[in-house]
Amino acid sequence: MRTRPRYIAALFTAVLLATTACEGGDSGSSGNSSNGGQYPRNETLYTSGSAWGPPTTWNPIVPGYATGTVGLVYEPLFIFNPEKLELEPWLAEKGEWSADNKTYTVTLRDGVKWSDDKPLTADDVKYTVELGKIKAVPYSNLWNWLASVEATDQRTVKFTFSDPRVQEWENWLYENAIVPKHIWESRSEADITTHKNEKPVGSGPYVYQAHAQDRMVWKKKDGWWAEKALNLKVAPTYVVDIVNSSNEVALGLLTSGRLDLSNNFLPGVANLLKGDFKVKTYYAEPPYMLSANTAMLIPNTTKAPMNDVAFRKALAESIEVKKIVEGVYGNIVKASNPTGLLPVYDQYVDQATVSSSGFTFDTNKAKATLAAAGYKDTNGDGKVEDKAGKPISLKLIVPSGWTDWMEAARVIAEGAQAAGLNIVAEFPDAAALDDARTAGKFDLLLNNWTGVSNTPWTYYNYLFQMPVQAQQFSANFSRYQNQAAWELVQKLSRTPSSDPAYKTTIAELQKIQLTEMPAIPLWYNGMWAQYTESAWTNWPSEAAGAPKDFPSTWNNMWELGSIKMLTQLKPVSSK
Amino acid sequence: MRRYFARKVAIYLLTFFVAVTLNWLIPRFMPGDPVLRMLTRTSVSNPDAIAPMREYYNNVFGLDVPLWRQYLNYWAELLQGNMGISVWLFPAPVTEVILDAVPYTLALLIPSILLSWYAGNKVGALAARRKWLDNTVLPLGYALTATPYMWIAIVLAWSLAIIAGVFPVAGGYSFDLQPSWSLVFFNSLIQHWFLPFLSLFLVAFGGWAIGMRNMIIYELEADYANYLEALGAPRRLIRRYAFRNALLPQLTGLALQLGVLVAGALVTEIVFGYPGLGRLILMAIQNQDFFLLQGAFLFIVIGVLIANFVIDIVYVLVDPRTRTGMTGGAA
Repeated sequence: MRTRPRYIAALFTAVLLATTACEGGDSGSSGNSSNGGQYPRNETLYTSGSAWGPPTTWNPIVPGYATGTVGLVYEPLFIFNPEKLELEPWLAEKGEWSADNKTYTVTLRDGVKWSDDKPLTADDVKYTVELGKIKAVPYSNLWNWLASVEATDQRTVKFTFSDPRVQEWENWLYENAIVPKHIWESRSEADITTHKNEKPVGSGPYVYQAHAQDRMVWKKKDGWWAEKALNLKVAPTYVVDIVNSSNEVALGLLTSGRLDLSNNFLPGVANLLKGDFKVKTYYAEPPYMLSANTAMLIPNTTKAPMNDVAFRKALAESIEVKKIVEGVYGNIVKASNPTGLLPVYDQYVDQATVSSSGFTFDTNKAKATLAAAGYKDTNGDGKVEDKAGKPISLKLIVPSGWTDWMEAARVIAEGAQAAGLNIVAEFPDAAALDDARTAGKFDLLLNNWTGVSNTPWTYYNYLFQMPVQAQQFSANFSRYQNQAAWELVQKLSRTPSSDPAYKTTIAELQKIQLTEMPAIPLWYNGMWAQYTESAWTNWPSEAAGAPKDFPSTWNNMWELGSIKMLTQLKPVSSK
Repeated sequence: MRRYFARKVAIYLLTFFVAVTLNWLIPRFMPGDPVLRMLTRTSVSNPDAIAPMREYYNNVFGLDVPLWRQYLNYWAELLQGNMGISVWLFPAPVTEVILDAVPYTLALLIPSILLSWYAGNKVGALAARRKWLDNTVLPLGYALTATPYMWIAIVLAWSLAIIAGVFPVAGGYSFDLQPSWSLVFFNSLIQHWFLPFLSLFLVAFGGWAIGMRNMIIYELEADYANYLEALGAPRRLIRRYAFRNALLPQLTGLALQLGVLVAGALVTEIVFGYPGLGRLILMAIQNQDFFLLQGAFLFIVIGVLIANFVIDIVYVLVDPRTRTGMTGGAA
């Protein structure tokens, strides 16, 4: 009895020593992970920044699928080229509008196969589109303006529209992936949106290899159609997407060379670039990142005083965006154009309107605007009261834990306070904020749900969508009602980009947006992308001769051309 | 003996019932609505689709019946091992998500709790009788036990993983491996496990060492120790009795500390990107995922109850007084 505790102690010590010895012995090789693993380092691309939870679904119909489900496995008919602002045929060989824009005919490529070797046919396309008749399918509103879809032969699909919304349709074409009918048709209506779809059968360059709580692994498949049709070959044999636990972990992985592409928001990345970490970004100089979406200050226009244009104008003039760009972000974002249109749409910005009705930061002007509209400081507390003389007290809410936005909100509140507007920043839980935004129970908030797309229509739809519902899920969080603007948005949707009316309609919408200010564009959030060249080179960059594809693994970026990044990468020759 | 255990089991069952009820109740008091989250995620733009989709998801999550019915359903499902569908990781069943994560959390918790308790008591007892050891262990112990779990985890990750590069930064096993029964894989598991384990071990270790040291000193000054000494008993014998007596409060402390350690494991897992329950719980809270949250807490409740029960049994074994008390009561 007396000896036993000691014996146990000795045993524990031995085990502990043995395990530590193990660490010491193997750590060298695993640090570089150049040997011993099942995925050879020079054939594997490690990515992160897209998945925030364990991969649990591979169903391309419902958002929330594992990184790359749409893009690497399932593919759309077209992809969008943000450099040229046009659709590029992908699964489709071509797509044509009829002369009266009432019908659209898609011709599929010859020889496209699913990963189970069955051919991809017009029937699959028809089936996918018709899934939209199920209300729970996210693109069900397609059928509000699409009349019918018809597979005229193996490779031809004809779409007939009751209301030909050209821009919205083209948006649909590249944002939604085609699924194989022969696998999906056996599923019930409820299954379509709740099925996990393990081991997905798709047409894309990768197939399922493995997944775990903290990773998703894709393996290249032989005979991807684009190898022959477009002479494109994806370089990495394996793509390992690491589930994020925090941005700090991603930073650690990146600087130690265990991660090739990080699409995480890494504050202070400018210092990394200067330091000896071999980290690269798209631009070598500020803003370092491409612009992905516009961060907007959303006023709730159903409440006073946000329902007053003059008030919104003064608010816009009180915000020092430069301070957010430099102080909060360290120059990794760009200040937004007053129109809020992303840099890819620069050609549509009406400079004349911007210079006449655009707003700039000017605290004194903001004060003057307020005074002219009848907002005066009657009780002498340094803050203006509303027109009836009652004190104004507003809250600007951003999700707790979004450190960059929290800082930005403080800057905005500071600027407003300086102009005499009593606005304070508050940081509720992200879910509570979602509820407030959806139900319209807020004063002011920040939102950036309008990103790069094929057309500024998505942006104006986001700003002006009507009718305003009790719950607003995806657009018009300001709850701003302007029938004329909404009609222009609908007109824009029906206008082909080649039509001269396209540009003039956008110009008219800009005028309304700048005079009415339903939302205040502040800065362009970056398409966060940091890469290292320890295993892969030829990353997208502004440099001459470098690929210009979007360097992102975020879901819905693949179809904006990120998939082509994988075909451009070159392995660093093995040592 | 039987009566003692019958009473204990009854108490544990009651605790379990109350815990599960609270577990069901608390998420429902959180602000937010899980179905709204689903609708936001699918960003419904079709106004006609909102009502049918809401109805559909309400049905999927079983939220379309009155609250009392939901509560009964919850028990009925629970007894069949079914904890519902996760909102955040829709459409994965909660049981599946949790079972994937539990082995990692257990692999961290069990060794760190047992080893830290064992090593802490040993070192604490040693410290009580060697001046030089006392002078080093005491400040070190205080520093360790006062360190937040997250902080020590960050320091370890930064120094040993990022700067020295001796250990991996994140993950459950190397990102270039697939699970298999191979030495390489096992090795990788251990490597990834070591730092999170070490940070949990160190913090808990400090607490136990200090506790034991103080208890021993207290016991050595107790009457029975003085009496033994006066009788001329060897120091060694006295210390052994002191150790045995000092161990009892430490054992009680272990039962009390379990919850704290579980909480510590959660933050540690987040720092090391370790695929256990920690991150799941955090994300479940942020995503109004009632069902995942219930499942994860249920696991913790069961774990803590079982551990306490085991400690109750151990108590009977190590403390003769409990045994005597019981036989006395029975007679």
